[in-house]
Amino acid sequence: MAKIIVVTSGKGGVGKTTSSAAIGTGLALNGHKTVIIDFDVGLRNLDLIMGCERRVVYDFVNVINGEATLTQALIKDKRTKNLSILPASQTRDKDALSQEGVQQVLNELGKTYDYIVCDSPAGIERGAQMALYFADIAIVVTNPEVSSVRDSDRILGILQSKSRRAEQGMDPIEEHLLLTRYHPERVEQGEMLGVADVEEILAIPLLGVIPESEAVLKASNQGTPVILDTESEAGLAYDDAVHRLLGEDRPLRFLEVPKKGFFKRLLGG
Amino acid sequence: MGIFDYFKSKNEPTSASVAKERLQIIVAHERGKRQQPDYLPQMQKEIIEVIRKYVNIGSDDVQIQLENIEDCSVLELNVTLPDQA
Repeated sequence: MAKIIVVTSGKGGVGKTTSSAAIGTGLALNGHKTVIIDFDVGLRNLDLIMGCERRVVYDFVNVINGEATLTQALIKDKRTKNLSILPASQTRDKDALSQEGVQQVLNELGKTYDYIVCDSPAGIERGAQMALYFADIAIVVTNPEVSSVRDSDRILGILQSKSRRAEQGMDPIEEHLLLTRYHPERVEQGEMLGVADVEEILAIPLLGVIPESEAVLKASNQGTPVILDTESEAGLAYDDAVHRLLGEDRPLRFLEVPKKGFFKRLLGG
Repeated sequence: MGIFDYFKSKNEPTSASVAKERLQIIVAHERGKRQQPDYLPQMQKEIIEVIRKYVNIGSDDVQIQLENIEDCSVLELNVTLPDQA
């Protein structure tokens, strides 16, 4: 049985798609057959981040409506073995994702894949609720910033009350916190919430901390998941997070500010 | 922190600690609301209406809270009656 992972946040722009692309790719790199589904109907973007935007023929909604088969709609990643992408539709019909339709597609994918990564849209509307409804595992992407933390807590409430696992009284969804766009310098200066602060407020286990990194924009410019950039801190931090998701114990990295020289410290800046 | 920062006021809380405190309060408040049963707001409205038949109170004068302590639920009702003239 495939494990269904939802990458969610409530707030927009915190790094859901970047994280979905990185984590999905990471799982595939570790030998697990993985598919990443873009649930953001109307605002498809996972294809761009994965660099397969020109290969989209059919999409998620086409499959649900029976206009295409899953095999026709799935895009096999060219760089990474074991990895496929199911793009979102560009339709403006917000109700295009029916619960039965989504369930059917997930069941079908579950026969061949080990992991199904659901890239949730922002907000708490239907698209976001569909993305998390069938999840076994939730990765809550949060920035160390007040509105993001509050929205994450809101999403945790929805995971705990409006998911299939909650409604059917099954074991609850396994929740993980992924803190992104982290500036160790600003945390040290008391200008930004630290890892411990966010952990304390949200009270869910930490999957990883991704430092703010130029590599993320560079990777999205090129349509390569940032986890493939093994020279970058962000790429390595995502790699750590994937291994933790797979049950490995890895210490946190990149949370310390590089030590400055004596004069720099004396003069500040 | 440089030598110039050293002379700045030390007692002012950092903006991050202000953020944390604000978040802790609002998140606790919203979690409390989330755990309430759906009928609570409607019930509060109806209770206010009943009290209003006898005493003139505003809609903010009734606080209603449901607390779960182990397997026991306590419904706490707090009505502020106006000062008697």
